[in-house]
Amino acid sequence: MADKPRIKLPKEAAKGEVIQIKTLVSHVMESGQRKDAQGKTIPRKIINKFACEFNGKPVFACALEPAISANPYIQFDAKIDEAGTFKFSWTDDDGTVITAEEKIALKA
Amino acid sequence: MKAINRRQAFALGGGFVMLTLMPMAADAEVTNDAAKWIEKFTSGKQPAKGKISLDLPEIAENGNTVPLSINIESPMTADSYVKEVIILADGNPNAGVATLSFTPLSGKAEASIRIRLATTQNVVAIAKMSDGSLFTEQKTVKVTIGGCGG
Repeated sequence: MADKPRIKLPKEAAKGEVIQIKTLVSHVMESGQRKDAQGKTIPRKIINKFACEFNGKPVFACALEPAISANPYIQFDAKIDEAGTFKFSWTDDDGTVITAEEKIALKA
Repeated sequence: MKAINRRQAFALGGGFVMLTLMPMAADAEVTNDAAKWIEKFTSGKQPAKGKISLDLPEIAENGNTVPLSINIESPMTADSYVKEVIILADGNPNAGVATLSFTPLSGKAEASIRIRLATTQNVVAIAKMSDGSLFTEQKTVKVTIGGCGG
């Protein structure tokens, strides 16, 4: 399966701080509009959904269409009120779900 | 208007069309469904101008990866936040690009993605606030794939 997703976020944040999260996952994002050498359409295969949860509560989600570049890069923000765990998931057209987790602590 | 541009683009550079994502030369009847997306998202309501800042390059040398950043003015509290944003490309074979869902936990209604643009066109963003109000913004991006003008 695909490589491990790359996620960048700070290790700790002050209470109430808004942090930036950057994610990148390796994926061809085949648009379903290209043709191969034989003139046959290459079937669509993209990641159609991305979601981020923090301690079980939704933070940000994104439905992706074929117009998203290969190796989808998604950057967004999150407000930190407590220490906890971010859960990320990328859903592929074929049903596979790539998941990742990152922890964040509160600044003392 | 756009259909003409597209045809002109093909007339100018048949070769580079092969490199783009579009099979439009083969089936030029495929009309972009941007209006349908907008209708579905807004339920017929007219979005107002403003609140959104949409950041895209004026000229994209490679239509395969065009950086897009969006930022919507909103306090992002439980009472007032940006709920959903659609991003559409009116010159792509399919208009849909992405639908972003924010929550008060997002802190800011801000996101960056990388998108594909088949040809020179408008990128449209429409934001739906938690109170149901709608805002829109659009930007034109010139796409010059492989160095030949589009």
